[in-house]
Amino acid sequence: MTIDELIENFAFFDSWEEKYQYVIDLGANLEPLEQKYKTEEWKVNGCQSQVWLLPKYSEGKIHFYGDSDAILVKGIIAIVLLIYNDKTAAEIKKVDVMEIFAKLGLEENLTPSRRNGMMSMVEKIRYYADLYRK
Amino acid sequence: MYDVEQIRGDFPLLAQMVNNKKVAYLDTAASAQKPACVLDKMSEIYRSAYANPHRGTYYFAEKITAEYENARKIVQEFINAADSREIVFTRNATEAINLVAATWGIKNLHAGDEILISEAEHHANLVPWQHICEITGARLVVFKVTDEGDFAAELFKQKLSAKTKLVAVTAMSNVLGTIFPIEKIVSAAHQNGAKVLIDACQFAVHHRIDVKKIDCDFLAFSAHKTYGPTGVGILYAKAQILESMPPYQFGGDMVDNVTYEKTTFAEIPARFEAGTPASVQAIGMGEALLYMQKIGLDNILHHELEMTEYMEEALNSVPHLRIIGQPQNRGGVFSFAVGKIHPQDLAFVLNKENVAIRIGHHCAQPIVNRMGYTSVARASLGLYTNKEDINSLYEALLKAEKFFREE
Repeated sequence: MTIDELIENFAFFDSWEEKYQYVIDLGANLEPLEQKYKTEEWKVNGCQSQVWLLPKYSEGKIHFYGDSDAILVKGIIAIVLLIYNDKTAAEIKKVDVMEIFAKLGLEENLTPSRRNGMMSMVEKIRYYADLYRK
Repeated sequence: MYDVEQIRGDFPLLAQMVNNKKVAYLDTAASAQKPACVLDKMSEIYRSAYANPHRGTYYFAEKITAEYENARKIVQEFINAADSREIVFTRNATEAINLVAATWGIKNLHAGDEILISEAEHHANLVPWQHICEITGARLVVFKVTDEGDFAAELFKQKLSAKTKLVAVTAMSNVLGTIFPIEKIVSAAHQNGAKVLIDACQFAVHHRIDVKKIDCDFLAFSAHKTYGPTGVGILYAKAQILESMPPYQFGGDMVDNVTYEKTTFAEIPARFEAGTPASVQAIGMGEALLYMQKIGLDNILHHELEMTEYMEEALNSVPHLRIIGQPQNRGGVFSFAVGKIHPQDLAFVLNKENVAIRIGHHCAQPIVNRMGYTSVARASLGLYTNKEDINSLYEALLKAEKFFREE
């Protein structure tokens, strides 16, 4: 699925219940992160739930694996990874994640007061992208 | 007759609509909403009587000084202290406890001494003592609560020893809602030669405090939980003990005479109030305590007991909901978990339904862990809580339970 397809899918929902049921479904289908990586080392700080993020670098691009013990956060991770996965570091830096989340109608997840750690996760993705560039 | 609807009318924020719906505010244990009289009083001071207290000789300065000292008097009467000099204004309860740790603690604690705390302490009544133990070589000892979250005299007395120099204990747990028998604790500690500090942050919101009757040596609570503003807290200490304590912070207003060779310090309580105080906040706090007294502390308690019972019933009717802690004597604080739903997921749905509760470890990680969790949801009551709030919580929890139910 592309981001544009995802935006189209989200356009069908009228209520937050439908929207977030879909977010949960996306989370349920998230590519699994191996249990052995669910450690302090790969934890994203600043979240009320536990969030892990693992980068795999190959052929100039980065592929991320993620997970969370909170169902909704896991769904949001699935969307974030759909946005960022298999891009070059330069491409990652160019992504306007706020704009995409606004189009999805999920911008409430990226406000600092939500503290569900999504911004921390996006920052961590950008951090790994920087690391790869150096 | 307790007219909760009329009382709600005193709180402007409770009338605030969010997404065209009322909000059920059930997070008073974190911070209480403010009645209009407190907001008006503070605004009135800023508009008509503001200057730096204790310093000027003109009308505004004298007026605010009188109001500030009157607030101290109100606090004194609110907790039935013998003398208003026993009331120190701090930034919050955390600072009040840190003040005792840094002054009384450093002066009186030595290697081999013990500080005894309960298992259910807020970090504010735990971490300062850990720190003081590191400095002085004293040891931090913890007495357990029962599996239900109750105080048990035998578990307390097991840990109380000749080495115990201080017992620092909460009067009401911010996680379990347990009300601790503080008078008994104080009496046992005193017989043992130990001083006692009471963390009354939660207790002060719901119960009458009588420091003469409790006979505690120190007591701390904060204004923002007792319907007053943020930025001010109270340290009560017996005058004799307070007089023996060295200053905490240094600067203006806490000195008697300053030369480059030697500075002498002011009498209590000024000695502990260095710098320009949060005067308007202290005055606002005084107004909040008067407001509580006007409604009547017994009336508040009676209403809250009714709401506590109603909430317990409501929570117990939610499928798979487990209330964490089943103390015999409970105040209006409930921590709970719903099946395997992550508290953050739960809070998301509750927020969508305009129900304000708190999730997390509630700054009391050890007791949350002891009960088998790392994060829990917590709903708490105030004097304005009505059945409608609790019904909203109940409906929202049913919705969340259904929403996250694994098919």
